[in-house]
Amino acid sequence: MSKIANKQMICEVLMEAAKTDKDIVALCSDSRGSGSFTPFADTYPEQFVETGIAEQNLVSISAGLAKCGKKAYAVSPACFLSTRSYEQAKVDVAYSNTNVKLIGISGGVSYGALGMSHHSAQDIAAMAAIPNMRVYIPSDHLQTKELVKALLKDEKPAYIRVGRNAVDPVYEDSNVPFEMDKATVVCEGTDVAIIACGEMVKPAKDAAAILKEQGISATVLDMYCVKPLDKDAVVKAAENAKAVITVEEASPFGGLGSMVSQVVGSVCPRKVINLSLPDAPVITGTSKEVFDYYGLNAEGIAAKAAELVK
Amino acid sequence: MENLTALSYELRKDVIEIICAGKAGHIGGDMSVIDTLITLYFKQMNISPKNMDDPNRDRFVMSKGHSVEALYAVLAKKGFFQLEEVLEKFSKFGSKFIGHPNNKLPGIEMNSGSLGHGLPVCVGMALAGKMNHQDYRVYTVMGDGELAEGSVWEGAMAASHYKLDNLCAVVDRNRLQISGNTEDVMHHDDLHERFRSFGWNVIDVKDGNSIDQLNAAFEEAKTVKDKPTVLIANTVKGCGSPVMENKAAWHHHVPSEEEYTQIMKDLEARKEAALHE
Repeated sequence: MSKIANKQMICEVLMEAAKTDKDIVALCSDSRGSGSFTPFADTYPEQFVETGIAEQNLVSISAGLAKCGKKAYAVSPACFLSTRSYEQAKVDVAYSNTNVKLIGISGGVSYGALGMSHHSAQDIAAMAAIPNMRVYIPSDHLQTKELVKALLKDEKPAYIRVGRNAVDPVYEDSNVPFEMDKATVVCEGTDVAIIACGEMVKPAKDAAAILKEQGISATVLDMYCVKPLDKDAVVKAAENAKAVITVEEASPFGGLGSMVSQVVGSVCPRKVINLSLPDAPVITGTSKEVFDYYGLNAEGIAAKAAELVK
Repeated sequence: MENLTALSYELRKDVIEIICAGKAGHIGGDMSVIDTLITLYFKQMNISPKNMDDPNRDRFVMSKGHSVEALYAVLAKKGFFQLEEVLEKFSKFGSKFIGHPNNKLPGIEMNSGSLGHGLPVCVGMALAGKMNHQDYRVYTVMGDGELAEGSVWEGAMAASHYKLDNLCAVVDRNRLQISGNTEDVMHHDDLHERFRSFGWNVIDVKDGNSIDQLNAAFEEAKTVKDKPTVLIANTVKGCGSPVMENKAAWHHHVPSEEEYTQIMKDLEARKEAALHE
């Protein structure tokens, strides 16, 4: 089973598209190495813009390029891209409706021991709060490929968050179900609905397997499209279950959990438990150590689900 | 050819009417910047309601977006919309004619309002022109108070790094901002040296309310290669009537009936003088 980082997959898809589409421009803020975009910069220097360590400039320049017909992909660490240049994302990208795709790399707690300055636990909430900004968090490199191919076909703003390291695939090379802005149903069950995004989808899928052994059947939704949230899928999954669990690599407020809770609470009330990072600086460690500590792993999700439906 | 100086006073009257109708507006900066806008729209840029889809059209971003009333007056005169519509709708409930530029209106490329965005956006526009081998030019106007925004200098850095000689910025140097004198609020020292040290070609426009001087500076900017150009336009805030000239309190202010009468009288007198020069 091949395993490459989602950010590397983004670069590969864009490089393939850039062969024939000269309007594709990638921009980095001294982040071409960390973003896996060095191959793009080396192969298409005339379609690459370096802004230096200046994320506000990165986003505004992207918007200016887009206003003149370019398809701008701004690649920068999620922590800086989503908050240092928040106003540029709001005004120059979303409000002005420019064709800029903001690629937040090394999102969530990918930078582990580098501390809170480098974690992006609030990017989902921040970006989702901007009108006309979409938020996508793909789960593996196979889904990332389909997502970027779909994004290349539209001209609207979007924020895409991916992690730093390669993660175990959720899907198989030969079977990558994907429909733009529709959640992917990973498995279906009748006891509990687990709705996850990004790197939390794989542990959610594994949790379903653990629960199956205990006689509990779970639906798992890969909600890579956090905004626009696939409400129909949320309602369908919740209606078929006794309780709902959301799982995300983000702070507890304003992200996937909040959005799912709004829908479930207003359409098909069920008990909803939000699993997330804490509203506090995250403990030091690798992604795995951090996830294990906060119960954001298959065992933790399964235990919470079993407790809910017992 | 139309007397553009006379037109500047006529359009200043339109601005006063817009502000009085909407009961809001950044009147001081409107009056200092309007000559720059007239020079750009009537002498320099190849922009009209007919060519807004032309990829070779020049681009303009109003970075000091709060002076939108002056832009509305100029765009109305250019035929993008009717002045009557602005007078009827400016700042009113549900209107597209809001207090800052927005691109739901014809003739406006980019939304602005938050300061320090226009120059970096124009860097992107100018870069696209270079990438596409197009020869359009890109213009922006910033306020001098706006220059305290760090993002301005990020844009300035990138503009010279990429040798954007198709980019020309204007600083509306009226030396006043909402709290008072710019040099007291956050001093600029020698602004010219600051831009030069960032690799820019700098042109001082002694009278930034002179359309002839502004036009000459824009022409000179076109001859400069491998560097962006900035015009430091030394303007008078509130230019057009002693009632509002050089008064920080007129940053945003709606004239009283008495002030309105005097201002309109002064503007008419200056227009007449311009016509008989």
